[in-house]
Order: sequence, then structure tokens, then C-alpha cells
Amino acid sequence: MSAETAVDGNRIAVRETVHPLWVRVTHWINALAILVMIGSGWQIYDAAPLFDGLRFGKSISLGNWLAGALLWHFAAMWVLAINGLVYLTLGIVSGRFRRKLLPISPRQVLADAKAALSFKLSHDDLSRYNAVQKLLYAGVILAGIVVVLSGLAIWKPVQLQELTALFGGYDAARYVHFFAMAAIVGFLVVHVALALIVPKSLRAMVTGR
Amino acid sequence: MRQRRIIPGVDPQLLIKDAASLMPAASRRAFLRGAASLGALTLLTGCDIIDGDTAEGVLRKISAFNDGAQAALFSPTKLAPTYPESAITRPLPFNAYYDEDDAPVVDGNSYKLEVAGLVDNKKPWTLAELHALPEVSQITRHVCVEGWSAIGSWQGTPLSEFLARIGADTRAKYVWFKCAEGYTNTIDMPTALHPQTQMTFKYDHKILPRAYGFPMKIRIPTKLGFKNPKYVVAMEVTNTDRGGYWENQGYNWFSGL
Repeated sequence: MSAETAVDGNRIAVRETVHPLWVRVTHWINALAILVMIGSGWQIYDAAPLFDGLRFGKSISLGNWLAGALLWHFAAMWVLAINGLVYLTLGIVSGRFRRKLLPISPRQVLADAKAALSFKLSHDDLSRYNAVQKLLYAGVILAGIVVVLSGLAIWKPVQLQELTALFGGYDAARYVHFFAMAAIVGFLVVHVALALIVPKSLRAMVTGR
Repeated sequence: MRQRRIIPGVDPQLLIKDAASLMPAASRRAFLRGAASLGALTLLTGCDIIDGDTAEGVLRKISAFNDGAQAALFSPTKLAPTYPESAITRPLPFNAYYDEDDAPVVDGNSYKLEVAGLVDNKKPWTLAELHALPEVSQITRHVCVEGWSAIGSWQGTPLSEFLARIGADTRAKYVWFKCAEGYTNTIDMPTALHPQTQMTFKYDHKILPRAYGFPMKIRIPTKLGFKNPKYVVAMEVTNTDRGGYWENQGYNWFSGL
């Protein structure tokens, strides 16, 4: 995806496209779908909480009551799943996942995490992810896959009972679904905060550059 | 609060009680209004972002689409997982839109199951006649629309067996149930004919207690709990979808598991 032009015999890098169009489109569709899924999911959670004392409340959740939340959840699931499949397919076929996210070295992750926490990590080259980014982006893709599969396991514990069994049964699948959501929310907090701290990264996800 | 649609035979007192736990404080129709703007930004590009009814309409259309998707996914032969006695949840929770104390009291002696619609024999059935039907047993998981689940033990006769005995036209699309307190439910015929769909007269090998639906409940382990009506007093084989108590308020119609 890099565009380079030869000028007077010297190769001068033209500002390269960081994110191709398909990445940007699927990113923003996913962003909206996941917000609807989380918001309505919180309302659904409140109908039968898994943890004493943990309620999300109507003010930060979607749908106003259980039926409304379920309508949202089972509408946005199509957007999330279809968009997610397109993203995963293109990410694998184009080689972008392999190029951008692999390899992830644990030592490099530690070193980059340390640098990030002491504000010494550079974001000069948006087209190259540091090891922490690689880990988080690969991790959230994994969490996304788990949240969809565990969701299917809860939704269809008879027709898809083999999948439900894979998660340790219906009740266990609810916990898996919850923790995958929690992982995604945790990622979002860091992801959105950093996008705001490094605005050019946000611009790149809109314009591509 | 907006006046609820009156369902014939419904005790208004029960309906009022129903509001407390599950219903939003504000009007039911507002249940999507708060979300309408976000919805417009996400799914409903081009729709009026303030009009909650539009959002609700679109969401209900998608829910109807989901009915079809679930019907396509439904296997008439795939059985719900069954469990050993030791896995039974004790006690099985009571769950309804009213308190346990307000559950209907049905007199078993005068009880008659009304049969209507596309059937050859519309003779009402006494409880003694129903109890004489062949008995099957299942220990399956009851999954509530709220998310919790519980494993219970139910005995009764397969609904398909009963439908055969009354000469039901199983090419019809639906079976509709009416309950003593006015609760109603419509299920699709493939589910009605599923081998585990049961006219249930016993819980854990004892006559159904009032809390679990005496004298008869319809146990459907392939559907969410609210599609398992209790205190059933009438059934109709029909091609008209007459909805149901919760379905009419926004819960997904098919609600398959």
C-alpha cells in the first residue's frame, strides 16, 4: 500500500496510505456495531446479572428495557458479524494481518510497554505498529471472534449445542461472553484515549493518510 | 403510562403487577426513543433520527427477519441436550409477570382443555383423559429470555402425539395457546411437532404444582422460557399468527434456542 515516486534519481517517499479504504470502512462500521452491541448487551446483562453488585443501569445502556435491548442486539449482530467476516477475510487474504501484526515478540512487547509508559514511544511512523499495538490489535481481533462465537453459543444452545459445549455449556458461555466484552471495552478505553492523544492516527483512519 | 392493549380474560390486577419488575417506568413505546438517535447513526441511515417509532419499526422488521433465520436454522430432529437427575436445579425458580401468590388457581375437577381450529375432533379434554395419555419424561434446560437458566424434570405426552389424536392438520402454520390468566402464545408447527415438545402434567414425577403451571404446561426445550406457556386451558391449530403476551410487546416471536 505504499506509494513511492522517483524524483531526480532519488527515491522520495510520498506520504503513504496507512489504511486502505476497506480497513477504514470496516473499522467505522465495526465501531458503530460494537457500540450498539455493548450498549444493548449491558441492558440485557442487567436482566440477569452475573455478578452481585454489578449493574450497568439504563443511563449508559441501550434499549430501555430487555425487549428493546434484545431487538438492538439481534439487529446489530448481523452488522457486526458480516462486517467482521469481510474484515477478517480481507485481512488474511491481503496479507495485512501477517504484515502488520506478526510477529509479536514478548520481549519487544515488554520493552515497548515500558517505553510507552514513560512516554518515550514514538508514533512517527503510523504505518508500523509497535509491539504493544500488535499485541492489542491481535488481541482485540481474538476477543471479537470469541465474543461472536460465545454469543452464538448463548443464542442457540440447542441448534448449536456443540459450540455451546465447547464453551463449557450455556452458563459458562455467558461468562465467556461477558469477559470477551470486558476485554473489548478495556481495549476501547486505551484505543480511544490514544487516538485522541495522537490525533494524526485518528485522521489516518478517516482519510487513509 | 399508556393504556395497555386489553387481552380478553386478563386480570387487570395481574397486569399492573407485571409492570413492577420488567417494564420500564415510562411508557412502553418509549423503550427505543432514548436509543433512536444512536440507532439512526448506526443502522438506520436515512431514517428520521428523532422518531422512535421509526426505529422501533425497523428493529421489529429485523426481528421478523430473525424469525425466518431461526426457523431455517431449526432442526426438527435435533434434540435439546438432556441431563441426569443430579443436574436438576432445586428449587426450579418460579417466573412470571406476577408474584407466585397471584398465579392462577385452576380447579382440576372442572378443568377442560378446549381444542379449536384445524382439527377433526374438537371435544374438550378432561384432566383424567389427559393424564391417561402415554407419558414421556425429559430433564432439560429451561433458558429464560433474561439470560438465566435452570434444569428441570418434566413429564407428559408429546404434543405431536396429542395433535395426531385430535386429527390436527399439521400442514397448518401455528399452534396457539391460551392460559388461565389470559397469557397467550403462538408457536410454529415444526416446533409443535418436535419430539421433545411436551404437554406437561408433572414436574419431577409429581403432579404439576400451581407454581409450575397446574394443570398443564407446554414444555418446549427448543424455545425460550416465555414460549413455554403454563396453566394452558385452550389450544388452536391455525394459519393465523395471533402473537402472544410478550411477543406483542417486543420479544422476538420465534425465540428458538
